[in-house]
Amino acid sequence: MVAPMWAAAKHPAFAGRPLFVVQPLDEHGGDAGPSFVAVDHVQAGIGDRVVVLTEGNGVRQILKAGDLVPIRSIIVGIVDSVDHGGPA
Amino acid sequence: MYLGIVKGTVVAERKAAGLEGKKLLLVQPVDEHGAPVGDVQAAVDTVQAGDGDLVYLVGSREAALACDPWFVPVDAAIVGIVDGIGLPAKAGP
Repeated sequence: MVAPMWAAAKHPAFAGRPLFVVQPLDEHGGDAGPSFVAVDHVQAGIGDRVVVLTEGNGVRQILKAGDLVPIRSIIVGIVDSVDHGGPA
Repeated sequence: MYLGIVKGTVVAERKAAGLEGKKLLLVQPVDEHGAPVGDVQAAVDTVQAGDGDLVYLVGSREAALACDPWFVPVDAAIVGIVDGIGLPAKAGP
């Protein structure tokens, strides 16, 4: 679950990159751990359920902006639905 | 990355090579409502943050990447000053 965040003064690596506060959720939509900040890569919107990558090397592979990008978390997908399984 | 509030300055004249001239600030990590999360930590500042500022930080190896030179012993770096957060309205009961 995401909430947009604004920051004028920021490290140059974040220039032009939308920022969100992300609240991790469990599969039922309940809070799962503390919130954190992530860069958006998929035009997420307020309240969207999203998929987030939280690993620096993966972020650098996605952004293709060099080897010195100080970004650890990035939103890489918007969740449409979650299937809880059950009888086929 | 995570949010924090600047709580003070750390002055250290003798530092590891590469950290000369870097400003160290005391930061209390917080949630999106400003409530403290965990313990106060020292972080390198890259954006001229000041006391009381709500900032966001990057940790681990990426904290060093925010520095110039980047091969430095840093594990928390302030990389932005937060102007606002658009919190969604509370859903349901």
